[in-house]
Amino acid sequence: MAWLVVRLAISVSLLYTASAVFEDQVGKFDWRQQFIGKVRFALFDTHSQASKKLLVATDKNVFASLNSRTGDLFWRHVDKIGPEGHIDALLMYGQDAVVVTGNGRLLRSWETTVGGLKWETVLDTGRLFMLFCVNIRINWCIKLTVSTFDHSFQAAALVGVQDFVKYVAVLKKSAISLHDLSSGSQIWVENLPDSDTVQYQTIYSGGNGLVFVFGVVPNSHIVIVEYKIEDGEIMRKKSVEAAWMSSLESSCTVISSGILLCVDQITQSLYTLQLQSAEQTEIRQIHLQTLDLEVASGFQPVLTSTQPNPAQPPLSEFFLQLSPDHHILLQLKDGLIAPLRDFNPSYLAAFATSGERTVAAVMSPKNDTACSINLFSADTGRRHLDTTIIYHMDPNGGKPNRLYVHAFLKKDDSVGYRVMVQTEDLTLTFLQQPGRVVWVREEALADVVTMEMVDLPFTGTQAELEGEFGKKADGLLPMVLKRLSSQFILLQAWLAHLWKLFYDARKPRSSVKNEVTIDTLSRDEFNLQKMMVMVTASGKLFGIDSKSGTILWKQYLENIQPDSVFKLIVQRTTAHFPHPPQCTLLIKNKDTGLGNLYVFNPIFGKKSQISVPALPRPVLQTLLLPVIDQDYAKVLLLIDDQYKVTAFPSTKNVLQQLQDTASSIFFYLVDSSQGKLSGFRLRKDLSTELIWEVVIPTEVQKIVAIKGKRANEHVHSQGRVMGDRSVLYKYLNPNLLAVITESTDTHQERSFVGIFLIDGVTGRIVHEAVQRKARGPVHFVHSENWMVYVYWNSKFRRNEFSVLELFEGAELYNSTVFSSLDRPHPPQVLQQSYIFPAPISTLEATLTEKGITSRHLLVGLPSGNILSLPKMFLDPRRPEVVSEQSREENLIPYAPEMPIREEWFINYNQTVSRIRGIHTAPSGLESTCLVVAYGLDIYQTRVFPSKQFDVLKDDYDYVLISSVLFGLFFATMISKRLAEVKLLNRAWR
Amino acid sequence: MNGNGFVCQSGEAVDTDFSGFSVPLEHSFEVDDVPRFSLRGVLQFRGGREHGVYLAQNQLSEKDRNTLKDVAAVDGLYRIRVPRVSLQADRQTERQAEGYLTTFVRACSLVESHLSDVITLHTDVSGCVVGVSIVTIPGSCRGIEVEDEVDLEVFNTTISVVAPVTAPVPETAPYIERMEQEMEKKGKNPQEQKSFFAKYWYLILGGAVFLMATSSAQTPPGGAREQS
Repeated sequence: MAWLVVRLAISVSLLYTASAVFEDQVGKFDWRQQFIGKVRFALFDTHSQASKKLLVATDKNVFASLNSRTGDLFWRHVDKIGPEGHIDALLMYGQDAVVVTGNGRLLRSWETTVGGLKWETVLDTGRLFMLFCVNIRINWCIKLTVSTFDHSFQAAALVGVQDFVKYVAVLKKSAISLHDLSSGSQIWVENLPDSDTVQYQTIYSGGNGLVFVFGVVPNSHIVIVEYKIEDGEIMRKKSVEAAWMSSLESSCTVISSGILLCVDQITQSLYTLQLQSAEQTEIRQIHLQTLDLEVASGFQPVLTSTQPNPAQPPLSEFFLQLSPDHHILLQLKDGLIAPLRDFNPSYLAAFATSGERTVAAVMSPKNDTACSINLFSADTGRRHLDTTIIYHMDPNGGKPNRLYVHAFLKKDDSVGYRVMVQTEDLTLTFLQQPGRVVWVREEALADVVTMEMVDLPFTGTQAELEGEFGKKADGLLPMVLKRLSSQFILLQAWLAHLWKLFYDARKPRSSVKNEVTIDTLSRDEFNLQKMMVMVTASGKLFGIDSKSGTILWKQYLENIQPDSVFKLIVQRTTAHFPHPPQCTLLIKNKDTGLGNLYVFNPIFGKKSQISVPALPRPVLQTLLLPVIDQDYAKVLLLIDDQYKVTAFPSTKNVLQQLQDTASSIFFYLVDSSQGKLSGFRLRKDLSTELIWEVVIPTEVQKIVAIKGKRANEHVHSQGRVMGDRSVLYKYLNPNLLAVITESTDTHQERSFVGIFLIDGVTGRIVHEAVQRKARGPVHFVHSENWMVYVYWNSKFRRNEFSVLELFEGAELYNSTVFSSLDRPHPPQVLQQSYIFPAPISTLEATLTEKGITSRHLLVGLPSGNILSLPKMFLDPRRPEVVSEQSREENLIPYAPEMPIREEWFINYNQTVSRIRGIHTAPSGLESTCLVVAYGLDIYQTRVFPSKQFDVLKDDYDYVLISSVLFGLFFATMISKRLAEVKLLNRAWR
Repeated sequence: MNGNGFVCQSGEAVDTDFSGFSVPLEHSFEVDDVPRFSLRGVLQFRGGREHGVYLAQNQLSEKDRNTLKDVAAVDGLYRIRVPRVSLQADRQTERQAEGYLTTFVRACSLVESHLSDVITLHTDVSGCVVGVSIVTIPGSCRGIEVEDEVDLEVFNTTISVVAPVTAPVPETAPYIERMEQEMEKKGKNPQEQKSFFAKYWYLILGGAVFLMATSSAQTPPGGAREQS
């Protein structure tokens, strides 16, 4: 009851901060895009002609069904991150999709229409065994488990009997199991013979009641084991000499009625082996020379065969890839291999089957910017007429690297087809004849690393007007004329706009669609529409319109190392017409630390022509100075490992300015491996000097994170008005760094989280606190005069929030300017902690133009929701006991538990899977903050922390107000007239 | 543990006493801004849990005073450094680990504050000194002339050791206690225990009056009909 009363009291006191989206506001200013990641397996549903399903499994552990007509998601299942949710295999038969996940741990069957789980089987029998054993004797048992049941997934295959697919076979390192396809129940499981020496890698079944398992002892021999489907009995086991063989998986395949076909690059040969004949124990070698073929040096040749129906043997035709751009279609007939058709050059080749007919699609280069895809019949190699699809390669994209073909029978019984092309930059393009792009998905966006929001430029005419003020005056008359002409242009634009409005009004509503293109981009009245520049892990950059989510430009940077570190810096905003805005991306190799700069225009995505300094040494730190060059670009300083500074841009003007201000340019470096923080000062010759050092011993704690404040943050009020009308001044140190450490001792009683607030200029430790019995991961926000961090309380096993606020006290030391060098008195520090009843993925604070609006914290939850938590709740001055003064100050009485209220979820049901980061940016309206959350999905919205105090509501009654006004106006007019008449009459009387 | 042994150093510490020890405090102020440290004083730590510290320091020589004024004139830096030490009693015998903790203050502010400075040593949870800071009071540089003979001879130093504060945890116990108190208060409050009629008598009365008024207003027409 008491809790209820208090909660009621809190909610009543906070009524005005409670905000939620109304139903009719859904999708009005927010949007979400869902992604899947890099496709590893893709299967078209060939079950029925009209089916639109495309099943995909990706490297992000996502299993989804796409609508092949639109590219939208039918459904999507997001599994655990990491190896636990890794999708090993995807098989499809009829309406069912069988998926092996977690390195052969789980076998699942999904219903493909709605994405429901039909059954699930745990394959890891070893694990069960271990649990059983733990109760008896731990050491003995674990040993046993590891040696006997070392299951790691190798292969899976559908097994059919008499033209009917009934089973699925799963091959692991040391065991093979057969499961019923309709129920998932295990039919049998058998240990593989000699699994400690033989590497079993692939599995094959041709529908004749047998399952073949292939294993290899590298550079020695191949082992073939034949199992009976009914009971798993080993029918035959044979080993064949093959000294050239190192791995089966990449170089072997089964063709025709049970013939193992392998290719080897060193001996330049094909090898065939009859599986079922008892006589043949020797592998037959066919030199590629006899076929007039040669494998390109250093290229591992690839064999591709096709088995249209798992219950029947595969076709005798197969592709052999001899070099990255050379494929050949071959056929095995009467024990002889004959080429059917040579495809030189060709990038990609794939088989597809529709009904009884199997076709091969081959992508060949056409010219520099386009490829052509053609269809060939698999059994003859003849080209089908009128089947060319032209694929135009994106000049800003990567090369195609995967081809998925969906073949279907047309009404006239000819074969039609559609293709999905995946490129290096993770673009999925779906094409149909004769080259129409049906849809495009940019899956690189499933892994956004960093982003910025850049203001859009003014329209041409507005910019013209702006530019007029920037230019030097050249006489009175020309100025007047110029002014008149630009005003005339504005008038013209306005009339054109009116005309367009009138024209559009006559058209039906649905056809009027404001397509956003790069040409129509312009800043709106309140600067709510911005350009989102997103950097993805694959090295592809995107420019996305924040209002609609349309991708306006994309640029693929080639030769990016897989785990590079990116830093995006806005050097020049759009405010400096006619200079174009400029962004710089620092790409740093994680291992070597070597970096390079990529300079581009964030609005159009074009690479800038500016010469970029070479960075021969690893970059340690970057620093964006408020100093600007004559072209209004902010100066970027890059510090290398010898503490030398490179300036970009490095014009004479900049160097002069740097010399003048060198003594006031400080920067810090962090070496977390040694626990060392050091401060440097710039010298006039762009060398640096060490001025302070703080060393946090790594034996006790290690630095896990460090954050300064955001440079574009504004603080409106310098202090807080207290209940007694005095002012408590905030300690607003822009150079303050928040350093978070975690203890090396992870015992739950002794572990701790350390918080250091260090002045980045002087190295002074402003505050040092220890959160005992706490553990990471720590998420924190550092802003204004406060810092909020979240940690895991290992004693009570819960997440806790803690807030630190710094105050100067009742008097300001120097109210005009803040200098780290001249602020001798340490600030007062207030701190309070709260229980947060949910785990946290990420944390960010809202940001507004002038900092007048109250702040909210945006908490990304693992459930995909984003909680907008008023900072008011995280105020260390919340009183234990309510007094007159605290009520005057509007402080909420202290309650240890932080509430989570559903209406604070800013993304209602639009959850963001695996949320990794939240980016906030101010808009032109003080009340409004733009929010972008990214993870597997991207979600954009606006938040109004203090409600929309500067905007009229959507349902504002203009008609009523204006009719009242007009009514009053006419009433006064009429009554005035009446009064006049009356006065006149009285005068006559 | 690495080969160096414990990371906090006490190698240069001179054991003066069984329960305490001392380390040098060095300073540097050069016109060319290349640090050359010389001894400024000796920091003496008293043992025990509360880290008491005492600074014994030398006077500035004539030459030093002139140099300091020269450095102040070119807006140079006055740097200090202390070796990395552990203040924990049982760790004083630990071996050498290289490294100093350095910090600085503008020389002009030191001169203008007449050598009155505040030096703070920050330790971590295990008692290792992790950072040192120096500020002068006042900290500004206004370009005031200082007569060296009187003001620049003796340091007027306040020195202290600061250990990390323990951050608060959510205070559930006092909160629940407070809630219980409030409950009790409410329980005692007679207002809460009033009966239904006692609480809402005015509503009931008002309702009754209203009902009576409406019914009496309707009766006359009916009555009139009966009479006719």
